[in-house]
Amino acid sequence: MDMINVIIDGKEYSVRKGATILEACRSVGIHIPTLCYLKDINEIGACRICVVEVKGAKSLVAACVYPIDRDGTEILTHSPEVLKSRKLTLQLLLSTHDKKCLSCVKSGQCEFQQLCKEYGVDDENKFEGIAVKYEKDTSMPHLIRDNNKCVLCRRCVAACDKNQGVAVIGANERGFITHIGSAFELKLNEVACIACGQCITVCPTGALTEVDDTQKVWDALNDPSKHVVVHAAPSIRATLGEEFGLPIGTLVTGKMVAALRRLGFEKVFDTNFTADLTIMEEANELLERIKNGGTLPMITSCSPGWVKFCEHYYPDLIPNLSTCKSPQQMMGAVIKTYYAEKMGLDPKDMFVVSVMPCTAKKFEIGRDDQAAAGVPDTDVSITTRELARMIKRAGIDFNRLPDEEFDSPMGLGSGAGTIFGATGGVMEAALRTAVATLTGKNPEKLEFEGVRGTQGIKEASYNVAGVDVKVAVASGTANAKKLLDMVKSGEKDYTFIEIMGCPGGCVNGGGQPFQPASVRNFVDLKALRAAALYKDDENLPVRLSHENEDIKTIYREYFGTPGSEKAHHALHTSYVARKKLNVNK
Amino acid sequence: MANTISTIPFKGTAEQAALLDKVIAEQKGKAGCLIPVLQKAQEIYGYLPVEVEEKIAEGLDVSLEKIYEVVTFYAQFALNPKGKYNVSVCLGTACYVKGSGKVFDKLKEVLGIDEGGCTSDGIFSLETCRCVGACGLAPVMMINDDVYGRLVPNDVAGILEKYKN
Repeated sequence: MDMINVIIDGKEYSVRKGATILEACRSVGIHIPTLCYLKDINEIGACRICVVEVKGAKSLVAACVYPIDRDGTEILTHSPEVLKSRKLTLQLLLSTHDKKCLSCVKSGQCEFQQLCKEYGVDDENKFEGIAVKYEKDTSMPHLIRDNNKCVLCRRCVAACDKNQGVAVIGANERGFITHIGSAFELKLNEVACIACGQCITVCPTGALTEVDDTQKVWDALNDPSKHVVVHAAPSIRATLGEEFGLPIGTLVTGKMVAALRRLGFEKVFDTNFTADLTIMEEANELLERIKNGGTLPMITSCSPGWVKFCEHYYPDLIPNLSTCKSPQQMMGAVIKTYYAEKMGLDPKDMFVVSVMPCTAKKFEIGRDDQAAAGVPDTDVSITTRELARMIKRAGIDFNRLPDEEFDSPMGLGSGAGTIFGATGGVMEAALRTAVATLTGKNPEKLEFEGVRGTQGIKEASYNVAGVDVKVAVASGTANAKKLLDMVKSGEKDYTFIEIMGCPGGCVNGGGQPFQPASVRNFVDLKALRAAALYKDDENLPVRLSHENEDIKTIYREYFGTPGSEKAHHALHTSYVARKKLNVNK
Repeated sequence: MANTISTIPFKGTAEQAALLDKVIAEQKGKAGCLIPVLQKAQEIYGYLPVEVEEKIAEGLDVSLEKIYEVVTFYAQFALNPKGKYNVSVCLGTACYVKGSGKVFDKLKEVLGIDEGGCTSDGIFSLETCRCVGACGLAPVMMINDDVYGRLVPNDVAGILEKYKN
């Protein structure tokens, strides 16, 4: 690595040649604030918050895009000129901002608010801009866009385009009326938005938020006629702690269960159980397809963002999608069929809440063909963030909770189920069980390293009982697009593909705790959170889906065998081709 | 916001589509090809309705929103066709100080369309311009090639009436 000497704030440092001022300062422990900058996907130098003084330059420069290539470059990161400029920029942004911070769901986690505090903005009404009043977009079940709180950083646009390959939002018009929206000012439900919520996780302000469904949960919990049960997805245990100040990657399974019980849910089940059930059904479906000449490659269907993406952008690949419902929907289905029968309950009196890392799950619960007992499988799906909000409102001191266990009979999950939350996890879980099914004995090594890691596209090949099984894993739908185009052109050929809608899988889902850009830009969030899940897998007594005792019981008592008629009715679903524009012209 | 999907039915022909296909084939893959394609498309169709933008999106493999961003950024691109009679109000300095802004507001009210819009019967479209060289008559508007000067807002309805049959 070529190094050069620079002088930052009067002190000499050696930094990487060609690094941006932002990176160089970071490397020597100097923090420069940013607002629009998102590493790799939004390096546009637009917001002017990161400006610094470079000796010899004719004006202040944007640290996020200014490369240092001259030995002896002199930089001032907090001169009076710099601080004045940053404060002025914030005040100008405030001139068109809806400043209802007290009632804003982002208050306390808003990067804009934080900057205003740091830079001593003492008069938020210093300037009065032409504040265009925008109507909120509430057309989707998962997201609310309030452009009155938008600072036009374009981080959402970058996430939607670069990470997801969806690009249904952009900056429309120009000047004072510039605003984020979709083509022809269509609402999000009229364009091919996949509901992944990646735009929400990167929004620095309250302009993009999930639809908060917590009131529906409180109402159900306070309704004595309802039997209210909850289940939490694999990745929640690896991320919920962040909302309570714990380090990224802290596993909080026991405390999470304890908190859910204290909120008043009658039963607390583990979505890992239906992750295992998914493996039983999906592995069976794959082997059937191979045996009977069915459509291959088979592609996983756990991720509702990916499923919607497939329906809009690759409708010709719908026959390749596994017919398995997602673990969320399988859990709702078994609660309202198997568990209802066992408990002698009418499914109409039951209320199923799922805690998910995902906003597309809010869309999924309203899909057709997701009602095993004649009523919707899931009543309300809330995100990790909404659960944290409920725990805080209930006054539960999360960090002091004891560790508690999930409830029976859907409380046991294997290590295979837990790794569903990371990209490659479903593939690894399926491989473990497929090997056992084909060879009659469990794989000697349970770790399939070839499908682990946070790369966007992974491929591996395994010889299982004399059969070559070629697999691929993609996360983030932009990567899915690349992979599927190679499959369609015949350049690549696989038996089984795992696709997760969000980059890194569920640990980085659209419903996960907010982490500001200052963390996202310099920490591999996906890897840290995934590591917690792989550790969980390592420490669990059962690490194979087919060895989960509760799974054996449900097949013995209720479904018979994987792929049985009863299983098909409750655990499988269908898909529809969707248009890119949902409007009448 | 005027820039929604045009209410005027799209009347593109197979010849126009073939011309656009040719332009797309020539330009595809070249850096910065979007704006030249949009300019040619506007030459072919007169404006850039959703049908044309979708065709370009498909052809160049860019998202419809990317195209819409560019179309709404540059004033030269139109999302609505010109009406049989194009009403153009001068908002240049002389006309503006003589009250052309109020004339323009009245036109929007009477026609029920915004700047850049076209009435749903396709008769009138409305735009603004900067100086037609008739400052002595300020405030001025043009309807196709006819010039009307020394206007007050109340003149508007009567003048439009003359074009309605």
